[in-house]
Amino acid sequence: MKRARIAWAGAVHEAIEADGQLELLTPAFKGRRVTFDEVVWLPPLAPVDRARTVLALGLNYADHAKELDFKAPEEPLAFVKGESSLIGHRAFTVRPDGVMFMHYECELAVVIGKPAKRVKKADALNYVAGYTVANDYAIRDYLENWYRPNLKVKNRDTCTPIGPWLVDAADVADPMNLALKTTVNGQLTQQGSTKDMIFDVPTLIEYFSSFMTLMPGDLILTGTPDGVVDCQPGDVIVTSIEHIGELTNTITAAPKAA
Amino acid sequence: MNTLPHLPTGTVYGTLLNFRREHALWAPRMNEAPYKAPPQAPVLYIKTANTFTSSGHGIALPRGVAEVDVSASLGLVAGEGGAIFGAVLFNDVAIPHESYYRPPVKFRCVDGFLGVGREVVSLDAIGGLAGLGALSLELRVHGVLKQTVSLADLVRDAATLWNDVNAFQSLRPGDVLMLGTDCLEDGTRPRAKAGDAVEVSATGFKPLVNVFVGEQP
Repeated sequence: MKRARIAWAGAVHEAIEADGQLELLTPAFKGRRVTFDEVVWLPPLAPVDRARTVLALGLNYADHAKELDFKAPEEPLAFVKGESSLIGHRAFTVRPDGVMFMHYECELAVVIGKPAKRVKKADALNYVAGYTVANDYAIRDYLENWYRPNLKVKNRDTCTPIGPWLVDAADVADPMNLALKTTVNGQLTQQGSTKDMIFDVPTLIEYFSSFMTLMPGDLILTGTPDGVVDCQPGDVIVTSIEHIGELTNTITAAPKAA
Repeated sequence: MNTLPHLPTGTVYGTLLNFRREHALWAPRMNEAPYKAPPQAPVLYIKTANTFTSSGHGIALPRGVAEVDVSASLGLVAGEGGAIFGAVLFNDVAIPHESYYRPPVKFRCVDGFLGVGREVVSLDAIGGLAGLGALSLELRVHGVLKQTVSLADLVRDAATLWNDVNAFQSLRPGDVLMLGTDCLEDGTRPRAKAGDAVEVSATGFKPLVNVFVGEQP
């Protein structure tokens, strides 16, 4: 099942994909179908009753580590993001004025399904509710070597599109063998496969759950492969992962100061 | 707003190197590798929700860790419209780490590693930002004073830090921005081991107490 969370007709609804349309699950409209163009797409994540933990990985594909001139890490290079940077499918991401290098990062996002503490690798995928696509934008101009990558690079408002679908884990036969790609204005710029992760999803769940309890709805953004390029206002970025979805985002300029 | 027990509903951000003493101790190294330059933006980290521990509850030491850093901090709680609503006491716990180069997830996001004060005290009740800047936080282990932290000694005062952080990430109602933690004269922080009762207090706030315990096998 592919699940979405949308705003339509003045309210937020859960929906599922059905024959290229959205089928609403809300009791009052249950079974009603709406088109993709009729709705506002929200992050495909049910609300949680505590702050959502959003973990992310740097340098988790050997080719991307090389591209950025780093040797592959010996343990996961993890950082944390706030939920407030998340936005939905078909949304706008702000490029600040005057920056030189802002790039997308197409990433497989893991959504945790049940409390996970000291989970072993062999058992780890049983703790996954599903998968979605995240675009973990970075603005390299703001990189500093203090708790790097620092939050000004990685935790900006509008800079983490996620969606469009949460795909049930049961429907993803092998999360470690999915093709990823990114297009900018229709032109292919990034290509890879989740099989090239340095630390795969089971390893990451074992690593994090060894010291922190992961809860339903928590996220792990698993890093991005080679092929990041600068994005300018007006550029349409589509980050897609085989069987999971195509996440569209448009870069927009910062509003002029009043 | 006097919720008992209080736990943050939003994201909790911590701030590194925001006390003049620690900043000065680090200054000679700031231009060396791997840092190569002093920090420009506020250096932030996130305390994930699995770290939140109410006052009166125990904090477990992870296996193989005999002592942890304990730190008195004050967190600004965001209200509506980007304003500061109030403040909460925290005991910001970390596994001691020498390097500030990589994000400190495994040192700071361990289960239980944030003691949370009993209440959000409104900014008005502590005399606004001026009153807040005049506060001192005290940290005691088994009743013995180990550290006094003056909020007059911040690199970025509360208003400046709030504005600099909100310039790129909007703090939403319930989010918390901690002002930072100070070190002792030698650059270390007070430590706690299993059995220690650690109290963080400040005028106008109910004391925050957490007892450290060995982790269940």
